[in-house]
Amino acid sequence: MAASLRELRERNRSVRATQKITRAMELIAASRITKAQQAAQEALPYTRALNRAVRDVLGHAGVYHPLLIKAPHPRRSAVLVLASDRGLSGAYSSNVLRKAEELFRNLDDKHSERQLYVCGRKAVDYYKYRSRPMADHWEGFSDHPSYADADLIAHVLMEAFLRPYEDGGVDEINIVHTRFVSMLAQETRVRRLLPLEVVEAGGAGRVEALYDFEADTDGTADDAADDAAYGLLDELLSLYVRNRIHFYLMQAAASELASKQRAMKAATDNAQQLIEDLTRQANQARQSQITQEITEIVGGAQALSEVKTRME
Amino acid sequence: MAESFSVDVVAADRRVWQGRATQVVATTVTGEIGILAHHIPLIAALAPGRAEITVEDGRRMAVAVAGGFLSVSEGGETTIISPYAQLADEISLAQAERDLRQVQKAREDGDLSLETERRYHRALAQVRAAARKV
Repeated sequence: MAASLRELRERNRSVRATQKITRAMELIAASRITKAQQAAQEALPYTRALNRAVRDVLGHAGVYHPLLIKAPHPRRSAVLVLASDRGLSGAYSSNVLRKAEELFRNLDDKHSERQLYVCGRKAVDYYKYRSRPMADHWEGFSDHPSYADADLIAHVLMEAFLRPYEDGGVDEINIVHTRFVSMLAQETRVRRLLPLEVVEAGGAGRVEALYDFEADTDGTADDAADDAAYGLLDELLSLYVRNRIHFYLMQAAASELASKQRAMKAATDNAQQLIEDLTRQANQARQSQITQEITEIVGGAQALSEVKTRME
Repeated sequence: MAESFSVDVVAADRRVWQGRATQVVATTVTGEIGILAHHIPLIAALAPGRAEITVEDGRRMAVAVAGGFLSVSEGGETTIISPYAQLADEISLAQAERDLRQVQKAREDGDLSLETERRYHRALAQVRAAARKV
């Protein structure tokens, strides 16, 4: 017999306790996804209004802005990695980190230096453990990002982008995040944040706002109207970048929660399987114990009766 | 009665107000601006402060805007796009004034970080919007 009956019952109890925890976590994750989706939904009117405004202003010919300038050969690229603060969410964080490594190799091939910005405790720990220098990192809001969080990150990134290369600035900013496709599918992907590529959400009207270096040099914007347009564009684009980051953070949060829900559902199912196995084993052990006892009693009684017969 | 037009006030994480109004007054970086029905298309950057909306039924309400934009589309629909927009009714004036004093002190002490600037603009907008509740 493999294990004693008591041992089996003990394990059964402990698995049941664990299952209660994983089931609770599954339910919590599920209810928070709904909240995350609702938050994304509520941010839509703002995104639409802002995108429309950006498109209107960019529609005027000759607008030029540093956030739109594309360097022909990026010499230093920043990478913003969006992972989770907590574990127990399946492969969510490791998928993001793997995608980031892929991007690093890509950048190495292009001989571009890289600068790392990291969001989420899991990723921060990962890079710290490997002593990879991080330009900046943030923690504590991966599953409930607010606009203020995005504001802060955007401010740091835009400053890095606008700083000249010689002073440690970057030529482009990439973001590694997870897109929430559905409850069942999330896709880890790399997107370029800066220089800006203004795309209308939903893909209805696509506005290409990318300029080449050369094309910009002949931009002659001198009069007051253009100055005003420039100031406006400056504000608009900085809000636009903030909103993009907010969008990516919300997508990442929903993906994290979906991944967590799936992982916890798998754990609960596994626990159920284990409980069934353990119960069966315990029943078998109990049965064989009883069988053994009966055999012993029957054997003992027989032996006794034999002795009795002989004495008579 | 004045003609009404549709107004949409959106903050980064929610729609603050939507409805029909007869007039919108806001403070842009270059000065006050009033919008009536059939205004020409326009986009202007807003200064931290209050925007006042005269609702169709004559009620007036104030919105705190800490930056952002006012945009009027071809059809005259007006949108206030301001990441931290808030209705004056949602603001506690005492709280906002306390925030403002705190942030002003931090600024005087030489803290000019983004966080402080943002809190300053928000508090300023809140106080300006809530001080006069129309």
